[in-house]
Amino acid sequence: MADNITPILELKNVVSAYGRIKALKGISLKVFPGEIVTIIGANGAGKSTTLMTICNIITAVEGDILYKGERINNIASDILPSMGLCQVPEGRRIFPRLTVMENLDMGAFFRKDAADIKHDLERVFELFPKLRERRKQLGGTLSGGEQQMLAMGRALMSSPKVLLLDEPSMGLAPLLVKQIFDIIRMINSQGVTVVLVEQNANLALQCAQRGYVLETGTVVMEDEADKLLTNPDIRKAYLGE
Amino acid sequence: MTTQESKKLWLSCGVGLIWFLIILWPLLGITPEGLEFGKTFKVFGYVAVGVVILMLFYQVQQAGKLNFVGTPLKATSVGIGKIYEITPRWILLGIVLALAIAFPLVTGRYAHDVSISVLIYICLGLGLNIVVGLAGLLDLGYIAFYGVGAYTYALMSLHFGLSFWLCLPIAGVTAAIAGCIIGYPTLRMRGDYLAIVTLGFGEIVRLILNNWMGLTNGPNGIMGILRPEIFGFQLNKLWMLYYVILGIAVFTILAVYRLNFSRIGRAWEAIREDETAAELMGVNTFLLKLLAYAMGATFAGFAGAFFAARMRFVGPESFSFLESAMVLAMVVLGGMGSIPGVILGVLALVALPEVFREFELYRMLVFGGVMTLMMLIRPAGIWPAKRVGRRSEEAD
Amino acid sequence: MRGSEHWIHMEFFIQQLINGITLGGVYALIALGYTMVYGIIQLINFAHGEFFAAGGYMGVILISWLASQGLHPYACLALALALSMGYCALLAMAVERLAYKPLREASRLAVLLSALGMSIFLQNGLMLTQGVYDKGYPTEITSGGFEWGLVSVSYMQIFIVGLTATLLVGLNILVFKTRIGRAMRATSQDKVMSALVGINSNRIISITFAIGAGLAAAAGIMVGLYYGSVNYSMGFVPGIKAFAAAVLGGIGNITGALIGGLIIGMVEIFAAGYISGEYKDVFAFIILIGVLYFRPSGIMGENIDDTRV
Repeated sequence: MADNITPILELKNVVSAYGRIKALKGISLKVFPGEIVTIIGANGAGKSTTLMTICNIITAVEGDILYKGERINNIASDILPSMGLCQVPEGRRIFPRLTVMENLDMGAFFRKDAADIKHDLERVFELFPKLRERRKQLGGTLSGGEQQMLAMGRALMSSPKVLLLDEPSMGLAPLLVKQIFDIIRMINSQGVTVVLVEQNANLALQCAQRGYVLETGTVVMEDEADKLLTNPDIRKAYLGE
Repeated sequence: MTTQESKKLWLSCGVGLIWFLIILWPLLGITPEGLEFGKTFKVFGYVAVGVVILMLFYQVQQAGKLNFVGTPLKATSVGIGKIYEITPRWILLGIVLALAIAFPLVTGRYAHDVSISVLIYICLGLGLNIVVGLAGLLDLGYIAFYGVGAYTYALMSLHFGLSFWLCLPIAGVTAAIAGCIIGYPTLRMRGDYLAIVTLGFGEIVRLILNNWMGLTNGPNGIMGILRPEIFGFQLNKLWMLYYVILGIAVFTILAVYRLNFSRIGRAWEAIREDETAAELMGVNTFLLKLLAYAMGATFAGFAGAFFAARMRFVGPESFSFLESAMVLAMVVLGGMGSIPGVILGVLALVALPEVFREFELYRMLVFGGVMTLMMLIRPAGIWPAKRVGRRSEEAD
Repeated sequence: MRGSEHWIHMEFFIQQLINGITLGGVYALIALGYTMVYGIIQLINFAHGEFFAAGGYMGVILISWLASQGLHPYACLALALALSMGYCALLAMAVERLAYKPLREASRLAVLLSALGMSIFLQNGLMLTQGVYDKGYPTEITSGGFEWGLVSVSYMQIFIVGLTATLLVGLNILVFKTRIGRAMRATSQDKVMSALVGINSNRIISITFAIGAGLAAAAGIMVGLYYGSVNYSMGFVPGIKAFAAAVLGGIGNITGALIGGLIIGMVEIFAAGYISGEYKDVFAFIILIGVLYFRPSGIMGENIDDTRV
């Protein structure tokens, strides 16, 4: 990506901590409008913490988080979705005792534009026809794959500019994983910027344009995705070769 | 502190005062005779002035303007701390004990009366401290065991004429049995359910005391209980009773201290910190929790027997929920799991209100407010125990 | 002769049933506050009984004042009801903001004790402002009733049952059909996720407290009307019984609170009528302990298994 475009989301030396233990030790990354950026790394590298820090669920101790060039460190988590920043957290976290329909409605919680919401709902149902079938069912009764679809559908209901996805492939059968990644590409092609956190580095790098590699709270490498894919160190560490 | 922060502080303070006014006025100002404002604004004025003064004080202190007072104070307290560190423990304890023994010789009847209730509450507080502070089981019906102890001695004394000294252990044992009976079904429950169930048990005991006319004489209570005797000599002076309860309190302190640093004490603390982990380490959590109940109840039983002997009367209203809450507040205020903390807590809640006798009416109000305030600003208590962590289940 | 004796028994039974429903409805209204608050922040709100007492007092204060302004008795009652509910809602929001909100991250014991402190504080605040003696309710508003033989149903009982039912229906619509209700349920299920979809959980918690206290205030007025007086310490025992009802129905479960309330009310009335009036309070506690021992999730199953964040 060219450097003269302002990144839609940028982290500058962000440090965050659980109590005294620092989980992020100064992370800097840039996400440009319209791209898919992936963050890969081992368990405990701080991938999920990065997303939670962006959304201010965990408050950054140091550094700046910029969204559309504006510092959002001090903006409460519940304001961010209305600014177009939306996260599908690890483990999907659908509301188990709300129906599928209610879960989707929750995604559009802050929106008042009924007509647009309806339009987005149709779009979600087109992407995930299974959800239409199951819209009266409780979220907790869905299968893992359906829950992932619901979680993504719910996020889309907020009509996000930037979608943060945390481990969308977790615990899913290979066929479903492929389907989910196809949908991620489709969402991206409709103009949504995607930040994708994944353990499955291979799939993530194939899907993304650029990637960051995280190790114990620091960015150890950043490059274009296909270069990372062919990088022997990466192949050895994360792609099981 | 930045001006923005201080502005925010004053703003929230102002909003809080407005809320207070909204809540206060309907209670004081609406009467069938018409609306009234004078009384409300008088009360409101006092509170507002108090709050503003406190806020100013806080700001000045934050700004470092009070350092000329604070720094020497801190230096003194550090100095005292150092002296405390280097003086052998037994000398300190000796001084405290000597003061406690000499106390009645230099004071009057009223002081004896207050100090006796302080010592009773110390026994109760330390007993509850075993259950809440060490084993981490929130017990809101603790006063029931005190009641069981008191009624045991009252009935034994009345019907069989048994002496106080014989009844003291019996009262302890009956209370311990009651502890096991109440403890047994509650041990499977998780923290906050346990609280409400013990509260329920406490109320059941009080209702039984209140309604079982044949045994307890109901709300009228039992009168004419004998005072303790030594070799046929009745201890009928208040200062003599002071020494009896002092003995019981010292015994309690020693016992709790020994328990605290024993194998059992460590096991209790392990249960408090992480029950699952303790169980996996081979701690018999069920038996130990039951033991915590029984031990805690025993000390309440002793205190109860003494209480009956001292008042020469027992009635059900001495064992209400509010008493349980009081004892709990003492433990919490002082510092759960810490013996000096509990003693300080008792002094703060029993002796201090005596100093402000004129404000008797506001005592419980202040007491409730202080309980909440303590949780907000210093949840570990005045003198926190050294070995307290957070329960793992709460850490998530 | 035996036949008529049988009738007397029957009529006594029906009478007890009607009284049980009345009392049960009141318990259910209080229990809802416990259950909703527990569902959303897993706190036994000890101060909840005090909202009930404060509602009872506000009711009598307002009814007397409004009557002195020459309002029609029914208008007095309706207005007093609405205003007291609003008043207690404000009171609960203030208590929540002051005593519970700063402790969101603290240990559960700390919050529980804070709640206990608030309960004692409010009870004594009520005593200091209103006095230690019972305050009488004007009973003439709802006097009279129907009678069939020995069975009598007062207008008051009809009023209480009717109002309880209305409030319950209203609450159900609020919780299950509206945006706020959805947000409340979402917040109770997963606070972090709720924040991520844009719900301000602090506001939702505040609203939950307000609704619970409003219902408790209505219950306070009903009890005042039913027994003819209110007292500053009246919140404590009904508070525990209502909590027992909430636990019985499965804490966090709104329908459960209703059923639990009715059962506790019935048990109390029948125990007083058939077994012993002196020990009527004991039965509610025994049910509480029995339920927690044998079936801690309540008869309806509780709704909090996966609410932990």
